[in-house]
Amino acid sequence: MLNSLWLIPTFPFLGALILVLVGSRLSRQVAARIGAGSVGLAALLTMAVGYDFLNSGVGAYQYTAWNWFDVAGLSTSFAFYLDPLSLIFIFVITFVGFLIHIYSVEFMKEDEGFARFFAYLNLFVCSMLILVLADNLVLLYLGWEGVGLCSYLLIGFWYSEAKNGYAARKAFIITRVGDTAMAIGLFMLFSIFHTLNIQDILTQAPQVWVAGTSMAVVIAFLLLGGAVGKSAQLPLQTWLPDAMAGPSPVSALIHAATMVTAGVYLITRMHTIYELAPLAQLWVGIIGAVTLLLAGCSALTQFDLKRVLAYSTISQIGYMFLAMGVGAWSSAVFHFMIHAFFKALLFLGAGAVIMALHHEHDMFRMGGLKNKLPVIYWTFLIGAASLAALPFVTAGFYSKDQILWLAWAGEKGNVWFFLAALTGAFITAIYTFRMVFITFFGKAKTQVSHVPGKRITIPLVVLSILSVFGGFIELPHTLGHFTLFSDFLSLLLPSVSLREGVESSEWILQGIAGLLALTGVYMAYVFYIRSPRISDEIKSSTYVLHQFWLQGWNVDALYNFLFVRPFVYISTLNKNDVIDKFYTMLVRATEFFNGVFVKTQSGILRWYVMGIVVGAILIITISLFVQP
Amino acid sequence: MKTLPIESGLLLAGVLFTLGLISVLVRRNIIFMLISVEIMLNAAGLAFIVAGSRWAQADGQVMFIFILTMAAAEVSVGLALILQIYHHLKTLDSDAADRMNG
Amino acid sequence: MAFYIASAIAILATIMVITRYNMIHALLYLVVSFLAVAVIFFMLGAPFMAALEVIIYAGAIVVLIIFVIMMLNLKEESVEQERKWFTRNIWIGPGILAFILLGELIYILVASDTVLLNNKVVDAKEVGLSLYGPYIVGVELSGLLLMAGIVGAYHLGRQKRKVLHRFLQSTEE
Repeated sequence: MLNSLWLIPTFPFLGALILVLVGSRLSRQVAARIGAGSVGLAALLTMAVGYDFLNSGVGAYQYTAWNWFDVAGLSTSFAFYLDPLSLIFIFVITFVGFLIHIYSVEFMKEDEGFARFFAYLNLFVCSMLILVLADNLVLLYLGWEGVGLCSYLLIGFWYSEAKNGYAARKAFIITRVGDTAMAIGLFMLFSIFHTLNIQDILTQAPQVWVAGTSMAVVIAFLLLGGAVGKSAQLPLQTWLPDAMAGPSPVSALIHAATMVTAGVYLITRMHTIYELAPLAQLWVGIIGAVTLLLAGCSALTQFDLKRVLAYSTISQIGYMFLAMGVGAWSSAVFHFMIHAFFKALLFLGAGAVIMALHHEHDMFRMGGLKNKLPVIYWTFLIGAASLAALPFVTAGFYSKDQILWLAWAGEKGNVWFFLAALTGAFITAIYTFRMVFITFFGKAKTQVSHVPGKRITIPLVVLSILSVFGGFIELPHTLGHFTLFSDFLSLLLPSVSLREGVESSEWILQGIAGLLALTGVYMAYVFYIRSPRISDEIKSSTYVLHQFWLQGWNVDALYNFLFVRPFVYISTLNKNDVIDKFYTMLVRATEFFNGVFVKTQSGILRWYVMGIVVGAILIITISLFVQP
Repeated sequence: MKTLPIESGLLLAGVLFTLGLISVLVRRNIIFMLISVEIMLNAAGLAFIVAGSRWAQADGQVMFIFILTMAAAEVSVGLALILQIYHHLKTLDSDAADRMNG
Repeated sequence: MAFYIASAIAILATIMVITRYNMIHALLYLVVSFLAVAVIFFMLGAPFMAALEVIIYAGAIVVLIIFVIMMLNLKEESVEQERKWFTRNIWIGPGILAFILLGELIYILVASDTVLLNNKVVDAKEVGLSLYGPYIVGVELSGLLLMAGIVGAYHLGRQKRKVLHRFLQSTEE
């Protein structure tokens, strides 16, 4: 079964191919079957392959499909590499992807571009699978750009509205900044190792570099640039909130569950390099910590349901970066998986709510949906609880708690990381339940027009089950000490060694974290249910800060000022295009000579003979002088 | 017989060629232009014969035969064209055939 | 000495050719010029070429041109026309150009070393051997050229009758 690994990305690819080629001629039902079915097959196959992989007991499995190209010492094959890390990622991608495909069948059923949507979505799944299964960095980069392309296409899916196209371009261009850094990093890696095979690089790196070598640090920073762009971390985070212009399933699949965590995958995959570059690793943590706080604050003030979730995604990926920054690789991957479950759930729930209310995005015009949409309410509540990390019963608690603990107790951790993470957890609880309370409680402000069907509720229920029980595969020391997940990854990713004399404090920290989460929920309850006046007062008294956070710390304006304006200014300076002058001149000259030579075309034979004679004389004269 | 210097032969060819050239440039009558071209071709042939004589080789004469062949073909096609032009334009003025500006 | 006499005749005859108004006169002078050149060929040791010059140039080509002139039925007015076209001004440009060209030719000839011509006669047999030996491709191509000349002359020389559709003819009336 293992050797059918290549089929996993192939199924979605074939699906995309069929839908692109004949999609417009297929009926919706057939298109849906192809679109969802191909990912479903991939998910089934992933299960089978994963089962075989676990039974076979090998540490890694490599499958070479064909030699891609071999030029000037760079030999790249189209090869897939399966190890525990990529297994987890393909499991999440195919499984969550499949659920979201099912959901999309109903969500998009009225849309004109039905087949086109599934074609893009399948292509995305294919690219993402290539990304995580890639055996070498070139193939990884192919997948990396492939998901970027699909993200662009899907954000701008409803392209008839100009602002969607703008959001799509913004996402594409900003991630391009990071991708360029990453590409430079790949070039440097190649110039040092003469290969781009990931495993070769990882085995050679410790022999070539000693820890802290400047070259390692530079490369680590460049790769981090790519990861930061893709994962919407500071300073390239501004595209993700705008990316919510795409359909909700897209936000769930691409901009929450899978693509934006590609940066986490990249850094985890290249963790050896980061361990050789402590400075870069520290910065991974710093970026994560700062991002999670900034994005959390912004999420507090948003009124668009999907933008809250977008900022919360940025913030949660910040947690993953923080975990990687302290070397807690498996915790980052664990949080990635749990986050994929509950954030996909939340986005799908939000999509269902928005669809039920005539595409109403503003939370403050929702309300009172608790009784009208019970299934969505309960599943959304579970997702929210998981995001807010309510203690003991939610998966989010276990994954986030691990990060909190290691940010404090890990060797590379420190008190600042811990405080940032703790504050972030508190803020997360507030904004999560603010969202829940405003949306589902209170008075109904918009009538429900569309009650979601089975295709929407079943994925929600499945994901909510995962959001609860997914956490129990990895329990902390204090609560049962069950380490299935980290054991699974232990061969591949080093575990964190703790600082001395901190073991005893674990339960205290867990207590604080749990308590803070509950406090956050309670505060949200006080502000938005019991006495909404307080929230209004706070809002009006800190109007400036509120606006500031609403605009995402005005980073857009800052970039506008720092990059866009100067660029536009420079381009106005060069409005007449100096370089173009040269070409215009060329054209003018051509036209001039054209005019001259047209005159010579008089139709009078004798003038032509005259021309020939003059030419002959000139040639003879020149040859006389040149060669005397 | 006294041997001749090569210059005198080539000079004759040059003079004949130049005379033909002047004629082509001066005349407007197409038949005269054709005649002038014949003069020039003949001069070129003469140059070949002189060169062949210089080396006492047959190659110069072979080239003259080729020029002769070409002149014959050229005259036949040229005269056919002249007939057509005269038929259409009712004149032998080469300047009259300038409607195409080509 | 005979060479120089023949040369003088050739040049004079050619000058007469290019200054005649009457086409037939010009062609007769052209025949003289060709004959003089044939004499020179003979003296340069190319008797076969001299014969060809007389037969083809002075014979066939000139006769061909005369035939065409007869077909065109040119009368006195063409002579008048020619006279009218021959102004003094028209000689200036061509004269200068030709003078420069001739000057350059003379310069080239004078600048190079003097070489005496060979007196050896290269007869028809040698030419034939060379023609059907190394130059066989050229002979074949000449054949093609003549063929093209015949076909082209036939095609171009055909008087095309203006064919009108019968409907058009009836409306024209």
